[in-house]
Amino acid sequence: MKRFVRQLLPFASLLLIIIILSIRVPHEFLTASNFLNVLRRSSVNAVIAVGMTSIIVSGGIDLSVGSMLALAGMAGAWTMLKFGGDSLSIQAMWLGTGAGILMSTLCGLLNGTLITRLKLPPFIVTLGTMSAFRGIAYVMNDGQPYNVPGYSYLGKGELAGSPISVLIALVIIVLASLALRYTPLGRYTYAIGSNREAAFHAGINVDRNLTAIYTLSGLLVGVAAMIATSRTVSAQPTAGISLELDIIAAVVIGGASLSGGRGTILGTIIGTLLISFLRNGCTLLGISTNVQLIVIGAIIVIAVAVDQMARARAK
Amino acid sequence: MKGISKRFGPVQALADVTFRVRKGTVHALCGENGAGKSTLMKILAGVHEPDSGEIELLGQVRHFSSPGEALEAGISMIYQELDLAQDLTVAENIYLGAEPRGGLPFTVNRRAMTAQTEALAREYGFTVKADARVADLSTGDCQIVELLKALRRKTSIIVMDEPTSSLSEAEAKRLFAVVRQLRGRGLSIVYISHRLEEVADLADDISVLRDGKVVHSAPASGLTIPAIVQLMVGRELNEFYPPKDATIGDVRVTVKSLSSAEGVRDVSFEVRRGEIVGMAGLVGSGRTEVARAIFGVQPKQSGEVRIDGECVEIHSPADAIRHRIALLTEDRKRTGLCVDLPCFWNITLPNLDELGMGRILKPAKEARIAAETGSRMNVKWSSPQAPANSLSGGNQQKLLVARWLLAESRFMIFDEPTRGIDVGAKREIYALLNGLAREGKAILFISSELPELFGVADRILVMRRGKLAGNLVTRQTNPSEVMHLAAVE
Repeated sequence: MKRFVRQLLPFASLLLIIIILSIRVPHEFLTASNFLNVLRRSSVNAVIAVGMTSIIVSGGIDLSVGSMLALAGMAGAWTMLKFGGDSLSIQAMWLGTGAGILMSTLCGLLNGTLITRLKLPPFIVTLGTMSAFRGIAYVMNDGQPYNVPGYSYLGKGELAGSPISVLIALVIIVLASLALRYTPLGRYTYAIGSNREAAFHAGINVDRNLTAIYTLSGLLVGVAAMIATSRTVSAQPTAGISLELDIIAAVVIGGASLSGGRGTILGTIIGTLLISFLRNGCTLLGISTNVQLIVIGAIIVIAVAVDQMARARAK
Repeated sequence: MKGISKRFGPVQALADVTFRVRKGTVHALCGENGAGKSTLMKILAGVHEPDSGEIELLGQVRHFSSPGEALEAGISMIYQELDLAQDLTVAENIYLGAEPRGGLPFTVNRRAMTAQTEALAREYGFTVKADARVADLSTGDCQIVELLKALRRKTSIIVMDEPTSSLSEAEAKRLFAVVRQLRGRGLSIVYISHRLEEVADLADDISVLRDGKVVHSAPASGLTIPAIVQLMVGRELNEFYPPKDATIGDVRVTVKSLSSAEGVRDVSFEVRRGEIVGMAGLVGSGRTEVARAIFGVQPKQSGEVRIDGECVEIHSPADAIRHRIALLTEDRKRTGLCVDLPCFWNITLPNLDELGMGRILKPAKEARIAAETGSRMNVKWSSPQAPANSLSGGNQQKLLVARWLLAESRFMIFDEPTRGIDVGAKREIYALLNGLAREGKAILFISSELPELFGVADRILVMRRGKLAGNLVTRQTNPSEVMHLAAVE
């Protein structure tokens, strides 16, 4: 029962924010277009947060997702321009999308390989690759963005009235929840995060599973990167700076433990929406983006503190 | 301590317990796990406050609302898991929070600290290196450091919780000498141990707790070990070790010239179907390392392992499990269980392929199978979904046995399976080993307690310095021969 209440906590906070905003700024907030807007903005973060959840459940962390996002976007856009010329063909767009996703998948594979082969802490490895990936993204076009006019389907397109990006995020969320719950890889992720030594002694190939987790997370960052590129119809080497903090915050607010073994996709999605609605609400209420930083910082600390207290009482 | 009662939620942990410790005596506190020993001692140490009852120290009623106050009053606790700062030196640990001040503000006079540590150690006849890092010390030496830490505080009562559970016999002997010496100096020692031989040997007084009540409290003389056991469990345990009835069959496991990077040298032995082979040796003699080499945790450098005649190549625990070898490690919290995950996940963890769930899990079926295996093992849990750390030590151990039972292991290695669990649970483990033997499994049973090796094993292997020093038939040997082989060159 207490466990249930605890998982309800982020959800209740999300509802609370929605209710407060509905009362304070009903005409601006309670509109379909505003909600769709928030969801569309959340979709990039949600897709990345899904991967981050598995990494954090496995007891790791990935600080490089923001840089990876920029690098994947740049690689995708470069490929489109290289093969599509000035008038981007559909084929070139597909090819570029694939290339962007492939790029970040390789980035994830690199993270996973360095962590398992060199036996380095994920924090250190991804701190390094965070800097390196960003550097490559800058070097690619001398710090300038690539414009990909016409590549707007993923970011702005709709299917049966729903934004494509939100649909993609939904599919990924559902698949990842199922994978974490119903596949051995998902189970091993929890086991490794809970007790890596015990997992090894139970015959789990810890290195291979960890590498898979980081690689899959890289793949998801690639999907998010192409959505983000499509939304602005350009790939920015400055995209996703300090994005990792928002993502980690969402995962932690959603109830995952940074020491591993605990966390759910559902919790993470609620955490992501919480931050998005908070941002949206601050904007509607006329609170400056600078002050928003303070609010979000406070929410992170409060959310984790309340979670800890609930946990201590449950014991 | 008079009329102490304490309730945790619905559980009455202690009911009107009166416990007196005389000055200059060793008072053993016995009882099964969950009998209330730890709670009683935590009340004495100020960790918990009693619901009713009072503590009297040297005729004065005292009230401790924090461990600091109890320490101040001269009551020191030495827990089973020692709480020393691993990266600090011996002297730094002993003087933690009471460092001699240096000449300048906020500085420590390290030279004085070292000198005082050495003086303190000399006073009690210990030899310690004041500037050694605690992480580099053996468990036995860490215990000495804990004792010195307590003695530095001018303590009058020392509570020791399972002090010998991770000591070798030699280290334990040294500890007993120390305990006797401290008693001679007028200190009172409360001694909690599951090893009743020690208790009978050491204690002046014995109190036995059962279900939160004191069922016996008197001088130790005249109380035999079977009598203590009976008081603890409240029923007669005529046969502490269940009779063996497994038929010993063909050779199942052959280990030939096994060597590993962890110091195992040229170890060869056989285990037959239905046979329980014990492995004795001092701490550091390479017993666990043999298990780790066979199981692929630290793969062997040379030698071979055959199972049912087939030569098996093992480079990782995954390989070992594929060949149906099981290892119950000595430290179930560190290398055994994922304690915050559900019980049934822990049971099925290495068996998902085996259960036809190598690609897609079927949690309902999984929970059902785990529950069946668990109940075969007589695991007491609130539900298979409960986290493993909600179980007692003995039940956690059974959870791991259930895991390997489900894996249909042919060769099972038990490394110290009864460490830190109560008498009743120990007996269940022994019965379990017999049951597994009856099913034709080959069992290697590593233990530091000679009585249980003699009670359970058909043969006893003795390890010394990474080599096999003896291979004895239990019925044709005796504990002193085993000790001699283990300890003497």
